[in-house]
Amino acid sequence: MEGALNATDSSTLGVSGARKPPATLRRSQRPRERLAGWPIADRVAWAACWVVGVGVSLVTAAIVLLMAVKGIAYLHPALLFEHPSAAVAQSQSGGFLDPIEGTLLLTAVGTAIAAPLGVAIAVWLHEYGRPAGLARATESAIEMTAGGPSVLFALFGLILFARPVLAFLSQTSAGGSVSGRSFLTAGAVSSLLALPLVVGATREALAQLPARLREASQALGKTRARTIRKVLLPSIRPGIAAGVVLGMGRIIGDTAIVIFVLGATLHLTPAGGLPGLSALRGEGTTLTAYVRYNSPAGEGLAPNKAYAAAFVLMLIVVALNFAVVRLGSGSRRKRPFARWRPARAGSAQ
Amino acid sequence: MEWLLRAITISVLVVIGLIAAAILIEAWPSFEHNGIRWFFPGGDVDQQLKAMITGPQEPARYNWHFRGWPLIWGTILTSGFAVIFALPLAILAAIFIVEIAPARVRRVVEPAVWLLAGVPSVVYGLVGLLVIVPWVEHDLISKAQKHSVDYVVQLTGENVSVATAILTVMILPIMIALIVRALQTVPRTWTEGSVALGVNRWRTIRRVSLRAARPAIIAAAVLAMGRALGESIMLSMVSGSRGFAANPLDGATFFFEPVRPLAATIIDYAEGISVAPLRHTLYAMGAVLLVSTALFSLAGWAVKQPLKRYGIGT
Repeated sequence: MEGALNATDSSTLGVSGARKPPATLRRSQRPRERLAGWPIADRVAWAACWVVGVGVSLVTAAIVLLMAVKGIAYLHPALLFEHPSAAVAQSQSGGFLDPIEGTLLLTAVGTAIAAPLGVAIAVWLHEYGRPAGLARATESAIEMTAGGPSVLFALFGLILFARPVLAFLSQTSAGGSVSGRSFLTAGAVSSLLALPLVVGATREALAQLPARLREASQALGKTRARTIRKVLLPSIRPGIAAGVVLGMGRIIGDTAIVIFVLGATLHLTPAGGLPGLSALRGEGTTLTAYVRYNSPAGEGLAPNKAYAAAFVLMLIVVALNFAVVRLGSGSRRKRPFARWRPARAGSAQ
Repeated sequence: MEWLLRAITISVLVVIGLIAAAILIEAWPSFEHNGIRWFFPGGDVDQQLKAMITGPQEPARYNWHFRGWPLIWGTILTSGFAVIFALPLAILAAIFIVEIAPARVRRVVEPAVWLLAGVPSVVYGLVGLLVIVPWVEHDLISKAQKHSVDYVVQLTGENVSVATAILTVMILPIMIALIVRALQTVPRTWTEGSVALGVNRWRTIRRVSLRAARPAIIAAAVLAMGRALGESIMLSMVSGSRGFAANPLDGATFFFEPVRPLAATIIDYAEGISVAPLRHTLYAMGAVLLVSTALFSLAGWAVKQPLKRYGIGT
């Protein structure tokens, strides 16, 4: 609908439509306000915006470049396929195959829990939302979760999953005490990090859907539930995906939960008999915990490996970022931010 | 369908509610034994925490003694100053992205901010520890400064300024993102009206867009405060990890004194969590974080209400 508007209006620019200026003005032709006549304070503020905006980008560039330079210098392919070992010398402490597997496993479990729950909550909030009190409570709870420190979630997970009732999710020691530490439990706790992002993205996508979709489906006699399943959810898939990928980023980047609820061991330690399930019930580690362990703050004492692992971590983060931008670009491009240029037709709100 | 979705929502709500309840219950014994003095200064916190591990392990003779002020002070210093520094920076950067940057520049700056938001905190910690800390230690701290306090504390590159600076960078992108979204939704007619009256672009941004975005700016500050309070890994790496109440009266030396915020302490003592008195004390620290995050949310909500009338967004 918006695209159609754009196409028809771009030929008749301007409200009066008396004269036809060129469809797109070149940069140099746009009327621009001159800064020279401004009060000095305004010009200083203007300059400050430039400095901060460019500065933030430079900080990002510095971090990415540093990680790239150090990472490429220290990362051998062998590191990716070797198990770590507890040697003191950097040359003998092995690679970080286990942390990579751990990161993938933890993210998979966390996302698998957060995505359906998040979508369900968002759909309920947006499509039903009754009683209103419950909806408001849910909204503020999700908001609190978004701002909540992950270390609190970790502490909570440790209490919750050490209950004997939930012993099947982790391992039980000979003395009968439940450890509460496993990929399943840590994934469940991590899903709390991703949940608000999934809920937020899904709600936003639902809110942006044109009403005619819902109306058309209901006019055809579909029930509300079927409309949600067959019409709404398929059309907001990119929005949901963007939220899920953002959530994955938070799970991957977290360390506190790994230390408390996953154990931050050196290796993955499968437990129990069932193949496949055993790794999930066992303790393990992730790249973040590995970086911390090998940094000067940890006991591993292998800063080169910390750099290499951090580089891999950054690669994952950058890849996820690109995924989010790609997924979000469909909806974002249509929204014009440029407010100070002469109104392009169709962009007036 | 509806009942299913509602059931899911209610169960997640219950779990989130349980988080607070479980942490507060687990924290209670530590508060009970120390009373209000839990929050007071008194002695070396690190020694008190270590004494809990080495102390007697029968419930009746547990060593509960804990005076948490240095940790609380460390949290106030790092989180407070990080938010104070980051807020104006975030506002300027958000204005830059939405109103000032030419399209070509914006296409670089905006993804850079998203990327910065995604950098894991352990990477910040690593960069801090391997790049910034050695630089501060060798080039910024003078021998005389080190000597002047070495009877109480050792000055290293891991200190309150480095921790606050990195924390500022960490919370910046979240704030920028929220403020950007609010500025983008300022109705075009408002700003156009202002410009049509002959107000220059900066004054329009300042008096119209920014004012309309005030609720979002407060929301951003609250969210950033939550992140700063809860940041544990990076702070445990670069804050010096010493329960020391950095004293502003020390003059320039103050900036190089080590601290250790509450969240970082929880991480630092993670291995001792099976020891009952230490566990309850760590949960008590968690409870303090939980309550203060909640209080900040509440305060943010209260401040936002009168602003909402002429504001937009959250």
